[in-house]
Amino acid sequence: MPLASYQTSVPVVVDDAKCIADKGCTVCVDVCPLDVLRISDMTNKAYMAYDECWYCMPCEADCPTGAVTVNIPYLLR
Amino acid sequence: MSLDQIVDGLSEVSCDVLVIGGGTAGPMAALKAKLKNPKANVVLLEKANVKRSGAISMGMDGLNNAVIPGYATPEQYTKEITIANDGIVDQKAVYKYAQNCFGIIEELDSFGIRFLKNENGDYAVKKVHHIGTYVLPMPNGETVKKALYRQLRRARILISNRYMATRLLKSADGRIAGAVSVNTRTAEMLVIKAKAVILCMGAAGRLGLPTSGYMFGTYENAANSGDGYAMAYHAGAALANLECFQINPLIKDYNGPACAYVAGPFGAYTANNEGSRFIECDYWSGQMMLEFYNELLSGKGPVFLQLKHLHPDTISEIESTLHKVERPTRGLFQQGRGVDYRSESIEMHISEIGFCSGHSASGVFVDDNARTTVPGLYAAGDMASVPHNYMLGAFTNGSVAGIDAMEFADSHDFAEFDAADVAMERDRVMAPTKREDGIPPNQIEYKTRRLVNDYLQPPKVTRKYELGMRRLAETREDMQERMIARNAHELLRALEVQSIMDCADMAAHASLYREESRWGLYHWRTDFPEKDNENWFCHTLLSKQDGKMTSEKRAVEPYVVPIADDEKDLYDKQRIRASA
Repeated sequence: MPLASYQTSVPVVVDDAKCIADKGCTVCVDVCPLDVLRISDMTNKAYMAYDECWYCMPCEADCPTGAVTVNIPYLLR
Repeated sequence: MSLDQIVDGLSEVSCDVLVIGGGTAGPMAALKAKLKNPKANVVLLEKANVKRSGAISMGMDGLNNAVIPGYATPEQYTKEITIANDGIVDQKAVYKYAQNCFGIIEELDSFGIRFLKNENGDYAVKKVHHIGTYVLPMPNGETVKKALYRQLRRARILISNRYMATRLLKSADGRIAGAVSVNTRTAEMLVIKAKAVILCMGAAGRLGLPTSGYMFGTYENAANSGDGYAMAYHAGAALANLECFQINPLIKDYNGPACAYVAGPFGAYTANNEGSRFIECDYWSGQMMLEFYNELLSGKGPVFLQLKHLHPDTISEIESTLHKVERPTRGLFQQGRGVDYRSESIEMHISEIGFCSGHSASGVFVDDNARTTVPGLYAAGDMASVPHNYMLGAFTNGSVAGIDAMEFADSHDFAEFDAADVAMERDRVMAPTKREDGIPPNQIEYKTRRLVNDYLQPPKVTRKYELGMRRLAETREDMQERMIARNAHELLRALEVQSIMDCADMAAHASLYREESRWGLYHWRTDFPEKDNENWFCHTLLSKQDGKMTSEKRAVEPYVVPIADDEKDLYDKQRIRASA
């Protein structure tokens, strides 16, 4: 059976101007309990790769530059 | 090479004590095992990252079951939990917890975790339970994980993050021999030989589907997919009272605690749409949940947590706790909806079902030394059967498990496992990566959890359960034959859904076995609506015997703390009676 991709608006947003993943930082990727954040191959900045969020906040709380914002997932907002 | 790309690999390491799960019980178990024998190797394996994993990822607002000298006694606490859990309690483990937990509080205090004290320097314990006083706020509760992590580093515990344990290994004579695990970012497999293994893998919190429809919007940390329950089952360990589901009263849609344990002592209370109280006590018991359910269905709902009658300063104090620890996005959620606690009450609802002995009693069967029925295998925290044990129970029983497991490891050599078991497990784990075409894990998971809601949620109806089990069996076949994983992250989810499916089957099997109603809403069977103490005043133990799911009765151990006849039903009288 062929697969289709499914559009979803993700709750975790990263401010590229503040994110220092391109300097080697991986804090948000490291701490996420659901392991849903990744560093983009194209921009070298962190982003939410999988919409599987418990809106728990370690990524935002532990980010050294305040680049990460956790929003409430749309379906339960 | 980028993250998530699948690497085919298998390596093997060994240690004396293997602790699986780095949330609450796990770090304490690892620490105590290592302190017991500093020369031994202790490995702490974690599916996520120990720094922020588990139910207390962002901290905890307080202890819900602190037995503090001067406020409560171990006897009183044991009695309260026995009554709250409808009598089905092996008191020895609860009593031991109640005796040990104050020492653990002092130890946590020495780690830098603070507990609320009054002007005299005494612990400021609050009353939430029906009978006794056990709730102790934690003013810097957001620092718990950091404090634990410092202790683990200092004790030189070997931490392996991003490894998901998938199955336990045993020797031919039934002793624990280690575990098989898989790296969640590369799919490389790692076999860990161990003399003793402690399971601290949390609740089965991703079992029912939240009504928001968002699969990860669960009450429990959504990483807690019941892997520990599934692994214990496949290793032949007994699981106790799984039909005693976890169902919680939560903030509607947000699905986190409202939280009456924090706000109640300040004067907040649960009310119906008329603004009237309808339950005597906000402590989470099955009996309380049944009244909550009845109120919602009676037309007097919605149900709210009422705070707006309180002084604005008091509300600010409650807010600062609720919006800082445990689930700090609560503030963001309420703000998004324009809800201000000063003018509006918090709308609540009933959560999806799960297994969790932290709040109810459904867990891997353990004795008062945290031993399971498999020699060398231990369990602690939300997944072990000590009822209503919350965070402090995870710490205290984790400590018990760590010490006993190290004693076991010190007196035993490695048990030998069959290499064929590892090969078989490798085939099972990797199967979804070998298929070209099929169904992705998220669809199998959604369907499984939707079936759990449709057929297994109380009230439990026998005919519905039979239909549900048929539908689940069909979905299991799809899962085993057709599920695909295209990268290591999808494989993690594919493995988790297999745990979820096992838990769904166990929930159904255990519920059909107990032919009575007990624990209020948690096990309300419409075909057997009455409590039947003559035939069912017992534990039920579920286990895998000759490859088949089997249930049996087990007698409740004689009580250490006697319960008078007129005390037995105190938790049955939850509904506030209209006065004449």
